[in-house]
Amino acid sequence: MYDSGKIIAGLLVFIAIITFPFFHSMGTDIAKPEPKIDTPVIQQMAVKKCVEPKEYMKAEHMQLLDNWRNAVVRDGNRVYVGFDGKRYNMSLQNTCMHCHSNKKKFCDNCHNYMDVKPYCWDCHIAPKENSL
Amino acid sequence: MSMDRRQFLKIAGVTTILGIGAATAVNSIRRDAAEASEFEPGPDALKAKRWGFVIDMSKFKTDDDFKRVIHACHSIHNVPDFGNLKNEVKWIWKDAFERVFPDQESVYMTGEMKEKPFVVFCNHCAEPPCVRVCPTKATFKRKDGIVMMDMHRCIGCRFCMAACPYGSRSFNFRDPRGKDENGQPFIKELNPEFPTRTKGVVEKCTLCYERLAKGLKPACVEESKGGILFGDLEDPNSEVRQLIGKQYTIRRKSELGTQPSIYYIIGGSENA
Repeated sequence: MYDSGKIIAGLLVFIAIITFPFFHSMGTDIAKPEPKIDTPVIQQMAVKKCVEPKEYMKAEHMQLLDNWRNAVVRDGNRVYVGFDGKRYNMSLQNTCMHCHSNKKKFCDNCHNYMDVKPYCWDCHIAPKENSL
Repeated sequence: MSMDRRQFLKIAGVTTILGIGAATAVNSIRRDAAEASEFEPGPDALKAKRWGFVIDMSKFKTDDDFKRVIHACHSIHNVPDFGNLKNEVKWIWKDAFERVFPDQESVYMTGEMKEKPFVVFCNHCAEPPCVRVCPTKATFKRKDGIVMMDMHRCIGCRFCMAACPYGSRSFNFRDPRGKDENGQPFIKELNPEFPTRTKGVVEKCTLCYERLAKGLKPACVEESKGGILFGDLEDPNSEVRQLIGKQYTIRRKSELGTQPSIYYIIGGSENA
């Protein structure tokens, strides 16, 4: 192979640059997001539960909200039957945020960590929070 | 095993039909089960085949009658006031006879009649041109006749504004949550129960779909003190149909074939 020294050296440099981010952050401890549910409304609930089980909400809340939006806006269906048969008014502003009134520590906590920027709050009004 | 062409085709055909049939059957059962158990309209929701209005203009006597109705709508729906005509956003407003009914004008009409104020809002047409032109189906007709907007889908192309013959649609040229030069917010008082809109979307009257879902009449109807009547146009016994049957009513630009759902009584009477 001609110029094998240059090629191998070049490849090594390339691999070093590509993998730099992984080595750079190795060992540093980045805090996992821990969404808080310690709002006054949730504290007062006897059984702390959402419209669906916690694991489902963690993984699928975006699909759930998308389905809610289509049901309410397009089909005029306002009521959601939860996993335990309880009925909820489908509304991000009035139902979700009524319990989860801590948007910064609940929504933003994970969304910032994952670097996703949902545009919910361009139109929907976020609950008032103390700037603590 | 040997097989001739005819046999092969027979077996292939039957297998295909069975396969497709089974897949569709399974899918439809699954989808029905999922959708039927999850969503339902509220227990108090008002239902109709086609919502419509009768507006008795004799009940709108003073400027205050108009302002009260407009304020009721604009305040609960977070409609911004940009302070100038160019950027104006309006869901319900007041306009002069000659502009509301341009086809009804005559040479001998007095200035007073031409300037007579009318209350106007989205006609929720049976054949809405805005729905036909919308490229994203952001604006669509619901089963109960409401011409609705899905703000999530609006891309701000403004085709609907060009298509609407009634000027019922407004575009957010500026951020409705912003402030004017004096630091005053465009939305004076936010209603925390209803969303705002964002810069770059079109908005209009939604026939208070959020109030109908709770069993309430539209805000303008409630505030009009009998000036605006509301009901099902497809139901021959509804209040609106009774009135349309008895009284002479006109609709805006009905010659265009959009079948507007707002009927105006000009003279007024004791019944209305």
